[in-house]
Amino acid sequence: MTTLLHVDDLKVHFRLPGEGLLRPKAKILRAVDGISFNLEAGETLGIVGESGCGKSTLARGILGLVSITAGNVWLAGTELGHLDMRSLRSYRKNMQIVFQDPLASLDPRMTVSEIIAEPLQVFEPHLGKEARRKKVQSIMERVGLLPNQINRYPHEFSGGQCQRIGIARALVLKPSLLVCDEPVSALDVSIQAQIINLLLDLQEEMNLSMLFIAHDLSVVKQISHRVMVMYLGKMVETASRDELYRNPSHPYTRALIDAIPIPDPVIERNKHFSPLQGDLPSPLSPPSGCSFRTRCPRATDVCATEAPVPREIIPEHWVSCHHPGY
Amino acid sequence: MPLLEVNNLRTVFHTNDGEVYAVNDLSFSLEKGETLGVVGESGSGKSQLVLSIINLLASNGRMEGSIRFQGKELVGMKTRDINRIRGDRIGMIFQDPMTCLNPYLTIERQMTEVLMLHQGLNRADARRRSIDMLDAVHIPDAGNRIGRYPHEFSGGMRQRVMIAMALLCHPDLLIADEPSTALDVTVQAQIIQLMNELQQEFGMSIIMITHDLGVIAGISDNVMVMYGGRICEQAPVYELFENPRHPYTQGLLQSVPRLDTAGDAKLHSIPGNPPNLLQLPPGCAFVDRCQKGIPVCDQQQPPLLQISPEHRVACHLENLP
Repeated sequence: MTTLLHVDDLKVHFRLPGEGLLRPKAKILRAVDGISFNLEAGETLGIVGESGCGKSTLARGILGLVSITAGNVWLAGTELGHLDMRSLRSYRKNMQIVFQDPLASLDPRMTVSEIIAEPLQVFEPHLGKEARRKKVQSIMERVGLLPNQINRYPHEFSGGQCQRIGIARALVLKPSLLVCDEPVSALDVSIQAQIINLLLDLQEEMNLSMLFIAHDLSVVKQISHRVMVMYLGKMVETASRDELYRNPSHPYTRALIDAIPIPDPVIERNKHFSPLQGDLPSPLSPPSGCSFRTRCPRATDVCATEAPVPREIIPEHWVSCHHPGY
Repeated sequence: MPLLEVNNLRTVFHTNDGEVYAVNDLSFSLEKGETLGVVGESGSGKSQLVLSIINLLASNGRMEGSIRFQGKELVGMKTRDINRIRGDRIGMIFQDPMTCLNPYLTIERQMTEVLMLHQGLNRADARRRSIDMLDAVHIPDAGNRIGRYPHEFSGGMRQRVMIAMALLCHPDLLIADEPSTALDVTVQAQIIQLMNELQQEFGMSIIMITHDLGVIAGISDNVMVMYGGRICEQAPVYELFENPRHPYTQGLLQSVPRLDTAGDAKLHSIPGNPPNLLQLPPGCAFVDRCQKGIPVCDQQQPPLLQISPEHRVACHLENLP
């Protein structure tokens, strides 16, 4: 396998204006704080975490939608991290994104064909009208939209269909990297399954690499080859899917898995676990040492003083914790 | 006598595009202390059902039929009378805790108002009771926090405040419309655990609306599955998960991604899209997406059949020999 995407110690920090009147002191919000990973061609990496853990910012940093503070991103061997906007643009064709809210991410005044054709107009302007139309039609068919819907407007579609339009728009350029930012969390269960299956089919067909961001570990399990769990801008655990779900070694991963209700009353009612207490701490003033220690059942003195570094506990299974284990 | 009895409820909205039939001929009852889970996709009429019960329909909506709560008929009741019931005997929790709290008022103002209005308490007593209730929903440092504004709380904390507010008058019925959907899974688990705990403490009945079958499995005694504004299946929770009869219920249970199974197999999905409530078909609303349809499904609305004392299904297949 070849590595398509290489992310090295990526940091995205935001400067917030200080609150003091006389001595305004800027605060730094470390949304993404030193994330590294590789993504192979045709592979899906699931990125999981609570809201506010930096998973969307990570995706935006990789795509160059927010400027990165430190670290670097390589896509197919090209260094993207410090390109200026104009040079970056030519690489954008190769990496596309599907957003969470299917209706809000489509321009209400454009028809379906205009929406899907827009990336082609931008990146392949030499293409004739007829050729463009053919491409739009074939991708529409591929994502399960009917040819007679080509001149309709987004509001005429249901949520699941809008998400299909969003996927068509992202894939019409045949990118090698597709970033899906919570693509199914706004959809009903029965529709969610349709979209996940569609993404799996398309991945196989187009040999797509995917970053699949979600807060729902059961959805991620369905679609990912590897999974990365994030907490307050940092990676806490990365492993292959089966390994992560079988042996979650970081207490946070464990808690996330335990918290998912199982649709079976016999199992669900006999489940013994204590849900994680409290909320995500403010990313403006993360706890010292390990940022998870304030909610961690295993926390000890060392957790308050020393930030854990990622360790490979078994091959390809990385954990940032002083007390890893089942 | 059941706590709540709904009979042939029909809720219709007048819109520029025509009549929208959100709830169609729906009947059920709820006993004291019972938790009824209501499942359905967006547009299945589950939210409009509970808004009908507490008479909070949009101005273009009207309802027919009967809703009896503690023996009193709620349909057609004067606003002044229903105001004495909702907030007092019926508490409600909405999906989005941010839009349901007034951002200009402190939590204290919003909570004490309920008690002063419904129970005639003075401000000091109301404040004391409010703080007790915030303690009951495990808000740390409640005595101090009560003076804060909604934006100073996190999403999970706000939902706790909403729950505390709904329970202030010790209602007999608590209606929760997707109370945990907007929250992270870890916080959702906290909220569900809290609701189970509070039900044991206060003994109220709960109507829990959600599209998450895992939440339903953990909290309900009975489950009602809605589709196109009608009940398509209703059964006790163990029976429903073990022996789902309606093709929609079966499809729904199979399409949930689960943690306790290997993730390799493709998910089962229900083809097609939810029905348009403006143009419901003359027959079964699920017919276009059903893989077991027979000719009669296109023409006739399936009646809600009682297949066992506690299990009801609306499907023509039940009538086949």
